[in-house]
Amino acid sequence: MLKHLLWPIALVALVLLPHGLSFSQQEILVFLTINVLLVSTYRLLTLTGEWSLGHVVIMGVGAYASALYTKEFGVFVPVSMLLGGITAALIAILLSFPLFRMKGFYFLIGSFAAGEIIRLLWKRFRDPFGGAKGIKGIDPMPDFSIGIYDFDFFEPISYYYFAGTIVIFCLWILWRIEKSPVGLTFHAVHWQDKLAEASGVNLRAYRTLAFAIASGFAGIGGALMAHYVGTINPNSFDVEVMVFVLTWAIVGGTGTFYGPILGCVLLTVLNEIVLREMGFEQLRPLIYGAILIASILFLPNGLESIVQRFTRKEAKS
Amino acid sequence: MTDLLEVRDLTMRFGGLTAVDHLSFKVKQGEIHGLIGPNGAGKTTTFNMISGFYTPSGGHVLLRGEEISGYKMHEVARRGVVRTFQHSTLFAELTVMENALVGTHMPFRPNVVAAIFGWDKEDRQKAQARATEALEFFGIDHLKTERAGDLSHGHQRALGLAVAYASHPSLMLLDEPFTGMNPEETRRMMDLMKKLREEGITILIVEHDMQAIMGLCDTITCMSFGKFLAEGGPEEIRNHPDVIEAYLGGSRNVA
Repeated sequence: MLKHLLWPIALVALVLLPHGLSFSQQEILVFLTINVLLVSTYRLLTLTGEWSLGHVVIMGVGAYASALYTKEFGVFVPVSMLLGGITAALIAILLSFPLFRMKGFYFLIGSFAAGEIIRLLWKRFRDPFGGAKGIKGIDPMPDFSIGIYDFDFFEPISYYYFAGTIVIFCLWILWRIEKSPVGLTFHAVHWQDKLAEASGVNLRAYRTLAFAIASGFAGIGGALMAHYVGTINPNSFDVEVMVFVLTWAIVGGTGTFYGPILGCVLLTVLNEIVLREMGFEQLRPLIYGAILIASILFLPNGLESIVQRFTRKEAKS
Repeated sequence: MTDLLEVRDLTMRFGGLTAVDHLSFKVKQGEIHGLIGPNGAGKTTTFNMISGFYTPSGGHVLLRGEEISGYKMHEVARRGVVRTFQHSTLFAELTVMENALVGTHMPFRPNVVAAIFGWDKEDRQKAQARATEALEFFGIDHLKTERAGDLSHGHQRALGLAVAYASHPSLMLLDEPFTGMNPEETRRMMDLMKKLREEGITILIVEHDMQAIMGLCDTITCMSFGKFLAEGGPEEIRNHPDVIEAYLGGSRNVA
């Protein structure tokens, strides 16, 4: 009984949530929603055992692509977001040719280098990428009404509902993929690539598939961000942001679907709301770093291991 | 009986070392074929070349007359040649059932789009049925929900075979399947392999356990220092002077 009620209650809570927050907190909530998608796509990538340092840049590819499609070709914004995601996925497939000659640590460094190359290309070519200043005045999402609610995209609440719907839909697709035989094959590639290959799994194809899907949805996340903020530049997607994504994934734990989301939500709330309210403006990175170290020391399996401890007890009794 | 697999002049060099030197033999359809030899004879290297794990330095591997040497492992597997590994190589973090499901990858190829929209229900059920069948065949279906890494050694070996069996192979390459088994487990495993043969699956087996090899194989190929030494039935091999010499080292001088 409780289980059936859990999802509707969570949904109602998500709908009501922004009404109890201040304007700046609502803005943070929008970014949090997009970051949840970003960190979930990152987990899909880690399913095959590869950790990338270029994921945020790939998200940037989606953002740049979507911004340019609307600016240069006048594509309708929601369509350009989808196209941005597809572009990110295609770029990922191109990158997979050099990158998947490497594994493990070498892949990590290779993906970082690939990401920096893309970022430098954005900086170098003023036309069409706008150089170091990036792209300004990106078309916002056009306002529309669905009868019961008028979407006015100057309000963060409206954008939160819009982005939230898209993110939940994307998460649902990611969930379906993970729970399918395809997801099982990703796990198989991760744990014993040789045995998987002996069972007829094309390793390169599955690594590329995971990379492309993760990149595509990250690109949609980037597009959501670009049309909200209205301006993007190469520094919005630098390695510092990547470190945040890694921190969320590691603190949350990558063993379950909800682990990275948990890490992302809790750390954002902690960083943006608790610490900011307490006035530790200068000390925040220090505290953030301390949390990362503490969680690696005391919670090597991430925050999800706490949740699992409770749910397992329940299952036994 | 026709030849399923033919190895012709197969050669593997690692730098200056020639691990396998112009090895040739044939595996007939429907038999259990043993590959034996003292330590370092190049048996596992030969295996790795047939299964596509290594690319041979020279020579040919022919499956039903088709050249398969130099193919990648999954390409060889898709032609019906499935191998097991020397140690208990399994997806230790996954459950027994999930392990077997990975084995059904070839007959029921997953598809992302179908998976998202739920069009693959029928395939998933069939894959589940096939995986269960494979687990039942090796008598480990009662362990379905266990983590593969938690199984006993004997059960892990059985699961390794079940994963390979689940893919409907025509030729199974077994790399030392009896290692670390007690005589009781070995006997049960031998019965299972005979059952596999009855199903029409051809088996090529690398093994140290002479008792098992002699009791199981229809044909045995013996190699030493990477070279072909002798071939024949179990009786023939047991009394072959070259084989005895290779194993015991200069038996003629002793005798």
